[in-house]
Amino acid sequence: MKTLAGTGGLIRLILRRDRVILPIWIVLLCLIPISYVNTFADLYPTAESRQQYADNAGFITLYGQLSGTSLGEFITWRVGFVPVIVGLISLLTVIRHTRVEEETGRSELLGSSVVGRHAGLAAALVTTFGANLLLAVLLALGMQSQDLPLAGSVALGLEFVCCGWVFAAVGAVAAQLTASAGTARGIAIGALGVSYLFRAAGDTSAHSDGGLAWLSWLSPIGWAQRIQPYGGNRWWLVLLAFALTAALIAAAAFLSVRRDVGSGLLPARLGPAEGAPSLRTPLALAWRLHRGLLAGWIAGFALLGVLFGGVAEGVGEMIQDDQDVQEIFARLGGSSGLIDSYFAGVMTIVGLIASAYAVQAALRLRAEETSGRAEPVLATATGRWQWAGSHLVFALLGPAVTLLVAGFAAGLTYGVAVGEVGRQVPRLLAASLVQLPAVWVLAAIAIALFGLLPRASAVAWAGPAVCLLIGLVGAGANLAGWVQDVSPFSHLPHLPGGSTTATPLIILVVIAAAVGLAGLAGLRRRDLPTS
Amino acid sequence: MSEAISTEGLVKAFGQTRALDGLDLTVHTGEVHGFLGPNGAGKTTTIRILLGMTRADEGKAQLLGGDPWSDATDLHRRLAYVPGDVTLWPNLTGGEAIDLLGRMRGGLDKARKAALLERFDLDPRKKARTYSKGNRQKVALIAALASDVELLLLDEPTSGLDPLMEDVFRQVVQEESDREGRTVLLSSHILSEVEALCDRVTIIRAGRAAETGTLSELRHLTRTSVQAELLGSPDGLADLKGVHDFHLQDGQVHFAVDADALNPVLRRLAEVGVQSLVCQPPTLEELFLRLYEPEGSR
Repeated sequence: MKTLAGTGGLIRLILRRDRVILPIWIVLLCLIPISYVNTFADLYPTAESRQQYADNAGFITLYGQLSGTSLGEFITWRVGFVPVIVGLISLLTVIRHTRVEEETGRSELLGSSVVGRHAGLAAALVTTFGANLLLAVLLALGMQSQDLPLAGSVALGLEFVCCGWVFAAVGAVAAQLTASAGTARGIAIGALGVSYLFRAAGDTSAHSDGGLAWLSWLSPIGWAQRIQPYGGNRWWLVLLAFALTAALIAAAAFLSVRRDVGSGLLPARLGPAEGAPSLRTPLALAWRLHRGLLAGWIAGFALLGVLFGGVAEGVGEMIQDDQDVQEIFARLGGSSGLIDSYFAGVMTIVGLIASAYAVQAALRLRAEETSGRAEPVLATATGRWQWAGSHLVFALLGPAVTLLVAGFAAGLTYGVAVGEVGRQVPRLLAASLVQLPAVWVLAAIAIALFGLLPRASAVAWAGPAVCLLIGLVGAGANLAGWVQDVSPFSHLPHLPGGSTTATPLIILVVIAAAVGLAGLAGLRRRDLPTS
Repeated sequence: MSEAISTEGLVKAFGQTRALDGLDLTVHTGEVHGFLGPNGAGKTTTIRILLGMTRADEGKAQLLGGDPWSDATDLHRRLAYVPGDVTLWPNLTGGEAIDLLGRMRGGLDKARKAALLERFDLDPRKKARTYSKGNRQKVALIAALASDVELLLLDEPTSGLDPLMEDVFRQVVQEESDREGRTVLLSSHILSEVEALCDRVTIIRAGRAAETGTLSELRHLTRTSVQAELLGSPDGLADLKGVHDFHLQDGQVHFAVDADALNPVLRRLAEVGVQSLVCQPPTLEELFLRLYEPEGSR
C-alpha cells in the first residue's frame, strides 16, 4: 500500500491543526439531542401532544416525519436537522484538508516527502470518519444516561454517522473535480442541498397525497432518518449508507489518480488577454470575485422559495380536508392564521441562511487580505474604505437580492396554487425583506471583527450559528427572555399576518450601521498584515 | 537634489521583535537605489510603511513629498509597487490582472504593455491560478513598469525569475532609470543585481541602515586584497597600519589593506621590490559579508 504511505503522519497533522475546532463541533452537536431529552419530556409528556406538535407541514419540511411517539423517537425527530449539519461540517472538513491544501500549494511540499498519492485523501477521510464515530459514541452514551434504550441510542448515533460519512465522501469526490476549493465546496454543498430538498419534498408529499414520497429514498439524509432510532432500528439502512460511502470513496480515489496534483479534472481554459474596458475599478473586481457566489445563492434561494411556497399549499389542503383541525384553527384565528405563522417561521429560516451568505461575503475581505491579494489593490490609488466598500456592497445588498428572490418565488408558487398571485407576492416579499435588518446586524458584526480584531474574523460565523441555535432551541426549551433577545431575528415583526412596527427595524438598522462603521474606522487605523 | 523617499529613525515592533530599529533611508529623485539586506532585516516592513499599509511606531517618513500613511491614496497614483510574493485572483487571467492594476493606478501605456509582455514572454490569456511564482511576478512587474509613474517600489522583484528573465528585468530597469525623473527603490539580497543597476545603496541590518552611499563610496569602506611576489624581505610589512590577514606562502605574500592605508603600503612594497603584483578591488559581496559578521569578530 505505497499510495497510503505517510497517512499516519498526515492524520496527526490534521488533528494538530484542528485540535480546537474538532472537539467543539463534536461536543456541541452531541449536546443538542442530549439537552433536548428532559425539556421535551416535560413540555410534551403525552403521545397526543407529541403527535400534534409534529403534525405540521413546516416541521415536516424541516425535520422529517415522526416515526413513533416514544420519547426517543420524538427527540430523534426534533433533532432531524442536526444530521444535515453533521454532513455539512464533514464535507467542509474533508475539502479543507484536501483541495484547500492543494490550492495553497502546501500539499506539494508534503507530497515531495514520503507521502503516498492517496495519503492526503485517506488522512482527511479517516480523521473525519473518526470524529463522526466519536460523536456517535458520545451521543449514544449521553442518550442512554438519560434513561433512553441503548439500541435506539446507538441507532441515533449511527444516523449521525451515516450523514457524516456519506457527505465526507461527497466532499472527497468534489475535491477531485475542480482546482478551486471554493468551487469544490459549492459542488459538495449543492449535493447536500439537493439531498435535503429531496428528503423535504418526499416527506411533505408523504404527509399530503404521497405521490412524490419516493423522493425521500433518493436522499442519503432520507435513508438516515428512516433508520428510525428507538422505533424500527432498521440497521440495514446503515449498511446502505456505508455502501454508498465506500462507492464514493472508490470514485474519489479513481478520479484522483487521473489528474495532476493541484489541478482539477476539468482542464483550465484560456481567457481574455486583456481586461474588459469595464474592469477598471475595485467594484468591478469585486463583481468578478462575488458574482459566482451571488448566482449560486440566488439559485438556492429561488429553490427554497419554491419549496416553502409549494409546501404551504399542502398545509392549506390539510386543513380543508380535516374538519377537526379546521375548527381548531378557526378558533386560533382562521386557517389563514396557520399559513401565515408557517410562512413567518420559514422566513426566519430564510433570513438566517441569508445572514450566512452575508457573513461569507463580508469575510471575503479577510481572505483577500491574508492571501496578499488586497496589497496590490491598496498599493494603487484605491483607499481602504473604497476597497472594503466594494466587497461590502455584496455583503449588504447580496442578501437583499436573495431575500427578494426567495420571497418572490414563495409568493408566486403559493399565489399560483391558491389563485391569489397579486395578493401573496407582495405579502411574502414583505415577509422575506423584513429579515434584512437582522441580516445586516450579523454582517456588521463580521465587518467590526474584521476591522477591529482581524485575527478573530472567523468568529463572525458565531452570529448565524447562535441565532440558529436560539431559533432551534428557543421554540422548545424555555429560554430566558434575554437569551432570545440576543438574536436580532427575535425582534422582527412576524410577517405575513402580524403587525408591522417600524421601530425595531429602525433600531436594528441603526445598530448595524454603528457596529459596521466602528469596524470600518478600525480598518482605517490598523496595519494590514503581511501575507 | 530633491528626495523621493526620506525616513528618519523609523521604528516598528511586532510583539517582542523589533523589525525596524531606527532606520534612516534617503532616496534621491531620479536615482536607482539599492536596498540590500538578508531576509528578515526589515526591507519589506520599510516598504510597507512607505506604502501606508503599516504605520511606524516611531520616526518620520516622507514619500514624494507626502505622508505615506495619511496621503496614501494620492501618493499611490504616482508610484507602482511589485511585492516579493505576488498572489493574484485565481479566476482572472494575467492580462486582466495587469489591466486592472494599471487602471486602478490611473492608466497604463498600451504599447509599453505589449512590448513588456513580449520581452518577459508571458501568455496573458492564462488564468492566474495556473501561473508559476515567476509568472505571477511577471504580471506584477508588467503592471508596474507599464504605468507612467514617478516612483517604482520593487521588493525582491526577481526572486521567482529565471536568469534569462532576470537579465530582461535588468535591461528594463536600466531603461527606466534613463527616463527623466524616474526613481526606483530596489530591495534585494542579490548583490550582482544591485551592483549592476544601482546608483546608491543602503545596506540594512537588524532594522537599521548599516551603510549607505554610492557603490564607490562603499568600496572605500572595504579592503583591497593584495598578492605579491617580492624581491627582498617582507619584514615589517605585516606590522604596517591597515594591513590585515598577512601570510607568506611559497615566496608570495597575501594580505588585505584598508582603503586609507593603501599609499604607505604601496610605497613600502616599491622599496622592497616587486616581481609581480595583483590587486583586487573589494566586491560588494565582501562588504556584505563583513557587515554581517557577528559583532566583535570584525
